[in-house]
Amino acid sequence: MLGSTAGGLLWMFRYLERSENTARLIEAGLRIALSRSADASTEWKSVVATVGALDEYNERHPNFDSASVVDFLLRDASHSHSVASVIESARSNARLVRTQLTREVWEATNQCWMSLSELLALPTSPNDLPRVLGQVRQESAYVRGALHGTMMRNDAYDFCRLGTFLERADNTARILDVKYYVLLPSAMHVGSGLDNVQWENILRSVSAQRGYRWRNPGRINPKDVAEFLILDPRLPRSLAFCFAKISANLGYLAAEYDERLASHAMAERLEASVTNRSIESVFDLGLHEFLQQSISCTQTLANQIELDYRFSV
Amino acid sequence: MSGTSHFDEMTIDGSCMRLPYADYAQWFDTEKSQKLLQKSAEAEALFRRTGITFSVYEDASTDERLIPFDIVPRILSSREWTRLTRGIEQRVRAINAFLWDIYHRQEIVRAGRIPLELISSNAAFLPEMIGFTPPGRIYTHIVGTDIVRTGEDDFFVLEDNARTPSGVSYMVENRETMLHMFPELFAQIRVAPVSTYPTHLRQSLAECAPLSTEGPPVIAVLTPGVLNAAYYEHSFLADQMGAELVEGRDLSVVDGRVAMRTSQGFQPIDVLYRRVDDAFIDPLNFRADSVLGVPGLLDVYRAGNITLANAPGTGIADDKAVYSYMPEIVEFYTGERPILQNVPTWRCAEADSLAYVLEHLEELVVKEVHGSGGYGMLVGPAASRKELKRFATKLKERPDNYIAQPTLALSSVPILTEHGLAPRHVDLRPFSLVSPHRIHITPGGLTRVALEEGSLVVNSSQGGGTKDTWILED
Repeated sequence: MLGSTAGGLLWMFRYLERSENTARLIEAGLRIALSRSADASTEWKSVVATVGALDEYNERHPNFDSASVVDFLLRDASHSHSVASVIESARSNARLVRTQLTREVWEATNQCWMSLSELLALPTSPNDLPRVLGQVRQESAYVRGALHGTMMRNDAYDFCRLGTFLERADNTARILDVKYYVLLPSAMHVGSGLDNVQWENILRSVSAQRGYRWRNPGRINPKDVAEFLILDPRLPRSLAFCFAKISANLGYLAAEYDERLASHAMAERLEASVTNRSIESVFDLGLHEFLQQSISCTQTLANQIELDYRFSV
Repeated sequence: MSGTSHFDEMTIDGSCMRLPYADYAQWFDTEKSQKLLQKSAEAEALFRRTGITFSVYEDASTDERLIPFDIVPRILSSREWTRLTRGIEQRVRAINAFLWDIYHRQEIVRAGRIPLELISSNAAFLPEMIGFTPPGRIYTHIVGTDIVRTGEDDFFVLEDNARTPSGVSYMVENRETMLHMFPELFAQIRVAPVSTYPTHLRQSLAECAPLSTEGPPVIAVLTPGVLNAAYYEHSFLADQMGAELVEGRDLSVVDGRVAMRTSQGFQPIDVLYRRVDDAFIDPLNFRADSVLGVPGLLDVYRAGNITLANAPGTGIADDKAVYSYMPEIVEFYTGERPILQNVPTWRCAEADSLAYVLEHLEELVVKEVHGSGGYGMLVGPAASRKELKRFATKLKERPDNYIAQPTLALSSVPILTEHGLAPRHVDLRPFSLVSPHRIHITPGGLTRVALEEGSLVVNSSQGGGTKDTWILED
């Protein structure tokens, strides 16, 4: 496979994952905004911080009000992280790598782009927002379904999956990092104004509230939330799950190409950092420090994969 | 403006069905027109979903458009087709022989059949190709001959398209769409399949691989990139052939071979089906500002280590000034009389011709010698007085830049409109694949149709549409 094609597949799936993550963040932000109007602007600010777009936002809007933030994250084509931009990028990459995609995966991606371009062409009214966000998640699920159902399990598939999990690991770590102070189990916060709503909201923004309830029936506390999202290998958005997947997919590539590269050792180290570990040891290191380190290691790994598989000259 | 005297391929005198259309007409009569119009809309949705689009640039924004598709097929009998293919094959052979000759001894010039200036002062003539013989002696591996019809037995070649003909993906996808929408039609009428084209293309290219190739040749399709209007076709052909789709940035010259950068290192290529123009394929040897090509590609080519399809320098054979000599060219190399006619052509570079053209401008079609896509062209009968005057000035300034031809009464085939069937003018582009062993012409082709009543301009860039082209099996 061409190096540029491998890169195109990885980015196509990074962008698709990002569209879904951003939609989920908006959904979670919206709930806070609806339930606690006083804190709405703080909440929206943290959502914008999570997608790493504070500077871009400040250049465009003076306040963090719902309408501005939602429009910025959903439709603003001048901003590279908006759902509209990300879907456009995913589809451009899909066009580049079309010869490596099954017809089903291509058509699902093209369909996703066509329906969302139409849906996001005009501002979304608050009443329509849940439907629009639902559709963003659904369209990306169709692509994933087509990928699982029709693609050969070869190098092309591995690059798609690497894109998905690199993006997802980055997203989960960012969500936690922006809210790490909410989760710090200090005596000061216990029983104070930072109540369950904040914790639940973190779970909601990675679609983990149901899993959490099943794992920890009847109790919600910051330590358990952090442990679930970082260390539980059963939750498909946890760091442990993502790092294991990245490591596994790189392993399949190593086997197929019969070549072990720098990125393989790196991925294994990253996987080891969340395996057989207690959440206490994470808090001992410092949650913020741990998350910052995860984010930067994920980025370094992504760069190494790009080098190892010759994405560009 | 087309008058009433053109040839309609479906009906005789507007009532009696011509034989190739008899079965289709019978089926059509039993269909409800409302349902058919709905099918037209479905076809459009299918094309969009599949992404069979081309990009248009306006005001810095990119728009993806569809070439309109008409659901009424253009039908030719197997007898008509046989005659056409014999004529095309003859012409394609002659073009390859001509190209070899003009890059070697130029016997045709020595014999006084064409003037030396036609070659020596032609921008499409590549001195780099002099004395070089491409693998298998093939210059034009893929040809898309443009043919128009004016009567029952009157077929003219309008253009030879020997350098990088496009449109073959429409031949295949139009049929896929028809099969999807009207399966029952194909159960009733035996139509020759076109889906074999990519397999034949791969085989034909493989047969042209350099002699030094070991094992099955590695084939790649070189595209200018995703912004090119024909990008869909490039990716379609690569996908269907199981070949890599590459851009200039994916290629390098490594150890005297052209190689593509894969996720496992560099892999040499044996045959490159390039959809990038000569001027852009090698910034070291041609345009230095090109980012679409591969530095040093031509040196590898001249060392015999890669096949380029089509060969550089092929463009001279479909130059419009050379076109006017095609009857002589066919006779010179095949020793036969041309089976297909050439459209009479006035070369404006010649004083007598220029005078005639200026005097009869309102009856003629005037084209730029190196133009394509219907740009820079004058259709005399459709032009306003002002346009005629402006064009006459351009002609006088640079007469050698133009040729003129009579306005042909192109045949028509009906399209489906909201008011039922209505005749529209068409042309036909069948695709030939040339290897040292054979010339293969897929039974079918791209039928382009002028959607406006009376219009003779079928180019997609000028609002033309396409139709599925059926060759009936006996």
